[in-house]
Amino acid sequence: MTIGSVPLKFKVSVDAEQCMLCERCIENCPYGVFRREGDQLRINSRQCVACHRCVAMCPRDAISIEERPMDYRSHPLWTPEVREAIYNQARTGRIILSGMGNALPYPVIFDSLVLDACQVTNPSIDPLREPMEMRTYIGKKPSRLEFVSHNGDVDLVTQLVPNLQLETPIMIGHMSYGAISLNAQKSLARAVTASGTFMGTGEGGLHQDLYPYQDHMIVQVASGRFGVDINYLERGAAIEIKIGQGAKPGIGGHLPGEKVCADVSCTRMIPLGSDAISPAPHHDIYSIEDLKQLVRSLKEATEWKKPVFVKIAAVHNSAAIAAGIARSAADAVVIDGFRGGTGAAPRVFRDHVGIPVEAAIASVDAKLRSQGIRNEVSLIASGGIRESADIAKIIALGADAVYIGTAALVAMGCRVCGTCYKGLCPWGIATQREDLVARLDPEVASKNVENLIHAWTLELSELMGAAGINSIESLRGNRDRLRGYLLDESILKVLDVKPVGA
Amino acid sequence: MCGIIGVIDRGRELMDGSAIRTALARMDERGSGEGAGYVAYGVYPDYADYYALHIFYDNVHETKKAVEQELCKWGMIEHQEAIPTYEQGNIRKVHIPWRYFFKPDPLLMPKSTTPEDDIVMHLVMKVNTTIPGALIYSSGKNLGVFKASGWPEEVADFYRIQDYKGYIWLAHNRYPTNTPGWWGGAHPFNLLHWSVVHNGEITSYGTNRRYIESFGYSCSMFTDTEVVAYLFDLLVRRHGLAPEMAVKAMAPAFWDEIDRMPAKEQQINRAIRMAYGSALMNGPFAIVVAKPDAIVGFTDRIKLRPLVTGECGDRLYISSEEAAIRAMEPAVEKIAMPRAGEPVIGRVYV
Repeated sequence: MTIGSVPLKFKVSVDAEQCMLCERCIENCPYGVFRREGDQLRINSRQCVACHRCVAMCPRDAISIEERPMDYRSHPLWTPEVREAIYNQARTGRIILSGMGNALPYPVIFDSLVLDACQVTNPSIDPLREPMEMRTYIGKKPSRLEFVSHNGDVDLVTQLVPNLQLETPIMIGHMSYGAISLNAQKSLARAVTASGTFMGTGEGGLHQDLYPYQDHMIVQVASGRFGVDINYLERGAAIEIKIGQGAKPGIGGHLPGEKVCADVSCTRMIPLGSDAISPAPHHDIYSIEDLKQLVRSLKEATEWKKPVFVKIAAVHNSAAIAAGIARSAADAVVIDGFRGGTGAAPRVFRDHVGIPVEAAIASVDAKLRSQGIRNEVSLIASGGIRESADIAKIIALGADAVYIGTAALVAMGCRVCGTCYKGLCPWGIATQREDLVARLDPEVASKNVENLIHAWTLELSELMGAAGINSIESLRGNRDRLRGYLLDESILKVLDVKPVGA
Repeated sequence: MCGIIGVIDRGRELMDGSAIRTALARMDERGSGEGAGYVAYGVYPDYADYYALHIFYDNVHETKKAVEQELCKWGMIEHQEAIPTYEQGNIRKVHIPWRYFFKPDPLLMPKSTTPEDDIVMHLVMKVNTTIPGALIYSSGKNLGVFKASGWPEEVADFYRIQDYKGYIWLAHNRYPTNTPGWWGGAHPFNLLHWSVVHNGEITSYGTNRRYIESFGYSCSMFTDTEVVAYLFDLLVRRHGLAPEMAVKAMAPAFWDEIDRMPAKEQQINRAIRMAYGSALMNGPFAIVVAKPDAIVGFTDRIKLRPLVTGECGDRLYISSEEAAIRAMEPAVEKIAMPRAGEPVIGRVYV
């Protein structure tokens, strides 16, 4: 059998009339699409990933990229992606890697949910004139408070444990130094500090350049335990144990040795150039009791001053797992849906394993309520949050706050080309190559991310005002404010949401 | 819309229902003839130690039998009777109002610190969710709710509330918008010792309902006000908060106000919002809640609904309209309008 090359994915063309042969496209494309031969620009479209760096940098708008029209015989079942995967695997015998989150066209539940608004009897609230409260506390809460009164004076008896105070329910999820560049992490760190919120360090340790922002950083303990020592734990505002991630539930991580430069090696506490392999399971956690011990160990190590979160991928029994986590000493459960982004994941996992975060949050919230413990633990939703309406909807389904990931990268310039696993990110985000990293200016990128968080927070307050709600607590789990539009009955039941018109 | 009025005589002197009937009728503009109701505390002195269960029956054959079987599992019925009614032009009997004077057996709820109350709460939830055609809408001791679909005067005359005497009265004139006008949906809402009248709409109802349901309450009356009675029961009876603290949980200070408070006050207010965020009520509301020794009135945090108070001797009045208070007590003094979220509390003298 002869396996030939697969057709081009993108066709790059340059308008010769416009082009002035400045060679910026050549400089900017790390994939080697462009080269110069004499007075001519030559193009190798086969290398193009549609990252749009050349388009953005061309001073004459001379470059255009288009998706190649279908040139396979059309077939509803044997799609071009399916056939190409087979060609590639028949040729290499390997797992296909991919990046940037689930790429199959599953229906998005968010897009079939609509939000409610007030009319007449319950007046909508004008966020420009009335106070709108976006503050959220993440952490363990007591189920009830006890007071004592003496001589007309009242004292609070119940001791509250430390919580994270968020000025907006939007946080940035864990993307490690190694997976993304230090400039990218710095940009995010500055943005969350300016916005009064938090970001995750990912499983990459905490680079010392980020120490000034440590009060807004959540440090991560994942199965590889990279970068974890007492200094790291004590610097974080909170600690997160990563059990699973939405883009690839049930498997670990792998940072190729080529990305482990001196700085990454130092931050991760691993030898230079060595592959950083996070195992699929934590090798000291094979039961909920083991997890509980790790939660308590981390709390003990940090003198019970830090909230500890546990992140799991959204899977069909998330509700039962989350209830178990809530009954440990954990302060928050993070549920990461199957639309979460990733630097690198086997395509088969990225596209086929896990469930949507909407369904997972709804069922976790319902389970915790049925056990009377929802109020004692916080729920963070992540994986596929694309806009402020998604945030309003997931909070109404039961989340306390969200992590965004891909959206923050897009705010920094990412064009979702899905090629992060190659380490050649032309925007300086998912790369460690110095010349590429230098392309990202943390001053500019952090402002962009801060602007995004600010804009979404404003939109969220407008949506709440329209629904007659002036504090985020009253949106949380308020499924009456949602209606399902053309969702089937079984999904409506899982979401516990009425259909439109009802 | 909706009109509310409440009065407490702090010396426990009894008032008959005629004055509050007049006061409520003064607010007909705030109703639509689809619901009105009254609650009086102190109306059953002969059975003061028994829980007075008021039930709407759709029929008195199978349904009544099923309810009585349930009651007899948990205690003893001392006395029962149809609640006397007098049909009016526009009010025909849709349901049959019935009352039981019931004594629960505390030994049957051994792990509870308030076994009698817990048995009655369980019975209310059980009957209202599992026995179609029966609705327990009043379940406290020495108090009774009287409500139906109709104008205030009609409902008053239907039950002849002028014949009842109480030291606390609450009354409500309904303009239903979010749910149909039906007998069960008329106010006051009651659970055990708590009775609630409400003007407005609770936009946080979905959150509050899901919160309260995780503690064993079931919302079965298809309207948002029900949740307020349950929240008071949870926060004050079961969690032991003072009524002022419960109001702080339901209509708390804004975060920027809390941030400016002295340290101790800040600690208390922050803790309340953190622990009881799901009890926070949003949307327009003015509420009066009664319990056997007090009434509490408060509005939402940005005061989207009116509330007026007035005093006359031992009596404290709380209402949507000053005119209603004056109709009840022309000599009223100290008319005041509480600030948003600020509770007004009238307690009986010890």
